[in-house]
Order: sequence, then structure tokens, then C-alpha cells
Amino acid sequence: MTVVSEDLLTDMLRPDVVYREGLAAGELRYQRCRTCEEAVFYPRICCPHCGGTDLVFAVSAGRGTVYSTTAIRRRDLPSYAVTMVDLAEGFRILSSVHDIPAEDVAIGMAVRIAFDTDADGRPRAVFTPEAAQ
Amino acid sequence: MSPAGLRGATAVVGVAESDLGDVGPGRYAIELAAQASHRALADAGLTVKDVDGLFGVVSGKLMSTVDLGEYLGIRPRYTDSTMIGGSAFVTFVHHAAAALRLGLCDVALIAYGSTPRADSGRARLGGGAGPEQPNYEAQYQPRSPISGYALAAARHMYQYGTTRTHLAEVAVAARQWARLNPRAYSRDPLTVEDVLARPMISSPFTSYDCCLVTDGGGAAVMVRADRAADLGVRPVYVLGAGEAHWHKSINQMPDLTVSAATESAARAFAMAGLTPADVDVVELYDAFTINTIMFLEDMGFCAKGEGGDFVSGGRIAPGGALPVNTNGGGLSYTHPGMYGIFTVIEAVRQLRGEAGERQVPDARVAVAHGNGGQLSSQVTAVLGTAEAL
Ligand SMILES: [Zn+2]
Repeated sequence: MTVVSEDLLTDMLRPDVVYREGLAAGELRYQRCRTCEEAVFYPRICCPHCGGTDLVFAVSAGRGTVYSTTAIRRRDLPSYAVTMVDLAEGFRILSSVHDIPAEDVAIGMAVRIAFDTDADGRPRAVFTPEAAQ
Repeated sequence: MSPAGLRGATAVVGVAESDLGDVGPGRYAIELAAQASHRALADAGLTVKDVDGLFGVVSGKLMSTVDLGEYLGIRPRYTDSTMIGGSAFVTFVHHAAAALRLGLCDVALIAYGSTPRADSGRARLGGGAGPEQPNYEAQYQPRSPISGYALAAARHMYQYGTTRTHLAEVAVAARQWARLNPRAYSRDPLTVEDVLARPMISSPFTSYDCCLVTDGGGAAVMVRADRAADLGVRPVYVLGAGEAHWHKSINQMPDLTVSAATESAARAFAMAGLTPADVDVVELYDAFTINTIMFLEDMGFCAKGEGGDFVSGGRIAPGGALPVNTNGGGLSYTHPGMYGIFTVIEAVRQLRGEAGERQVPDARVAVAHGNGGQLSSQVTAVLGTAEAL
């Protein structure tokens, strides 16, 4: 497990900032509770699993499996996928799978992280099928 | 006092909708809430001056009961604007029962108003409430709330073999009930083939898997059971109620196929001393077709994963073994945005024997189940006639 920062107090009090900094650096950061060892996502100042407050940031390897997915239809544009991905580290993120038609994203599909920017130019984590890598 | 002391201690004695459907561009949510309140009180033989417990949510109002009290001229000694989503109104049944039983109020009014159709023609005011927390979903443009429920439906299909035909059966059953309800918004005939033929909006949902968007309000009035006998109406007793929530955003729902209705219903049935086998009619919040399947499973009317088969073959439609959403539900009757009050109104009408063509014969026990957020807050009430006490 990679500890992002040794400045644990600062990390703990501004988890959203640390998370966003990670995205800007091409990293999907999540938290690990040092009390119960569970992964925590989205970023918080306390552990929802055990109530502990000793959380540290780590960087996900970005390998995961599609938990569920929906293809959202748009007029005159291709559909896009809104997809829940279970990361190997034990947390789940709502994201999107790119590089294949939204209708072809399937539950159980192995996916790997990629990064792009949203319509407002903000960095975000997305996924692509392992098979397409 | 044990919570079981609430069983049958209070009763709903008046219900009413406001005007529903398209109420017109010049009308507002608080007006519909007030209209429904007056009508519900009249149904009970009471007036706003009798009300000392005020419960409600009015769309666009952050302190709903404070606005409503001023508007209606009510100075309540018990007030509750709990905003937990569309299930709020069934929660108010629960909270009002406790408050009445404890003497914290003597007449509780539960009210709702919302005008999404009317509002669509209005200019937007600035200074929206804004996000409650940093948002980890918006960047991916989920189409809320539909995509959250679509994700649950997709997972349910993957895990249990539920099909789009199963989902369509829910929409068709709701429409068949709506065809018997003169107040229902959508009453044209509908077949499974019609539902499946619609274009996908957020897979696996077509537009017919999604609830209506209508204007509307509703209200209910409760008093203690001893007073109910004096009002000259047929009381509907609150036998049990329970609530639960586990998540707010869909990404935090631990298992997309299991809602907190498992807990809310178990609590309600335990208070009532009844089981799903005792229920004659079910009114549940069908924001999307998957809701009906999941909630019937979660409340114990069938096993987890068997909901698709359970709703098929007309079982929940008129003439079926378990009448569900006998008003036509959010899918075909009305859906102003937070539908929970209508589960209570219809359950009361069924138990009073006032449901006309859609009346379930000899209905003695009804379930009203509310849902809020994205399968988030779940509240179940078990209601019954005097025979069920
Ligand atoms: Zn922990």
C-alpha cells in the first residue's frame, strides 16, 4: 500500500482536496482505515465501517470489475455509460467505461483505469476494458 | 412504554388530494398543500383550527411546516418537516402516531404540495441550496434519479435473471389499475409489448419503466383511536410502522439488489403482530418498475430474486392474488416528485371500502410503503380496519 503523504493530519482534514490533487496527478486515491483495515471511498474524515478516524490515503492500481452499468441515451449523440466499478483494493466508484459502445459494457467485465477530463475540464477517473488494452 | 403501545392507538380519519395533473402555470406548491389540507380536514369533519400537530414537505420550502403554518393559520405544538425524500409522508404517519399517542398533539395534519409541471414554465431564482457535500458522481453525468434505479435493475437482472419483460409486467399491472381510477393521469391501454418497444432512456429502462411527472398534493389526518370513534367516519388504524436507511447516493448502497425496506417492513410487521400473509392490499412507491419487484421481495411477499416471476401473470394486477398499487401508482396515477402520501391515501380508501371500481373485496390490512432518494430512505406502515385490531 502506498501512503500518499506523511502529513496525515492535513490529509485527514481535507480529504476532498487530497483526492482531487490525486486526479490531477493521474492517480485514483482512496483511503484505508488503519483501525479496521477496510478501504474507504468516497474520501471522508472518518471510517464508515468502524467509526475510526485513523485514515491514510493510498493509490489504487486501477484494476477492477464492473458491478453495474447503465447506457444513457442522448438525442443525436452516442449513448454513454454510467458504471459502478469494484476496485481490487475493496472499494467501489461510480464512473464510466470508455472505448466501447455504452451498450456493450457488461456486468462482470474486467476494466482498467484511464484518466480524462469532464466537460468543465476537470480531471476524472474513467475505465476501459482490459481486453482493449 | 414499549413501541408496541402504538399498535392501533391512532387512526387516519381524513385524506384528500389537491388538484392533480396539470394545475396551470400560475399556481404554487404551497397552495396545493393547503388545498389538500383543507379537503382532508373536511373529510375528517375537522378544521385547520383543530390542528396542533403539523407535518409536511412543500416543494421549494426548506422549512415547510413553518411556511405552511403561517399560510394555513395553524400554530402547532408539534411540528415536523423531516425531509428524507419521497418516503417522508409515510414517516409522518409513524411520527404522528407517536406524537398523538404521547399526547404531544391531538390532531395531526400531514401535507404535501409540488408543482413540477407548473414550475417548468417559471424563471429560475438564483442562490440554489447547492451541493450538501463534495460530489463524486456528477462528473459522470448520471441522469438522476433514473440512472440510480437503472443500475439497481441491471444488477438485479444480472444476479437473479430478472428480465425486461418482468419489469414491463409491473408497468402493465399499474396501468390496469389506473384504468379503474378516474383520477389517474395515464389510462390508455398498455401491453408488455408496448413497454418493450419504447426507446431505451437509461438501460434497462424505457420511458414506460419510469414514473409520471405530474402536479399534485395530498394530505391525511390522524387522531387517537378513542377520538376516531366520535368523528363518525370509518377509522383506519395504524397497526405498525418502521423506517430505515442505509445510504443516500446510489454508489454507497451496499448491495444494489437489497434495500433497507427489509428492515423497515420487518419493524412495521413486528409492531403490527402481522406478516405479509395477512396483507390484503399493498401500496408502494413505484418510482420505477424495479421498485415494485424489489420492495415486494424486501418486504417479504416473496423471496429475494423471485420478484420478477412474482409480479408476472397478473398476480399484482386487478383480479390477482396480491393487489399492488390499486390507484395506478406513480407509474400511471400521479407522481408529483415525492409520492409517499398517495400510498397512504389509497391504502385508507381501500380499507374504508371507498375505492369504487378498483375496490379490493374485504380489504382489512394494507401496507403503505414509501421510498426516498435513490432506494435510500425506506418507510413501511401497516394499516388496518377495526376487524384487524
Ligand atoms: Zn475502520
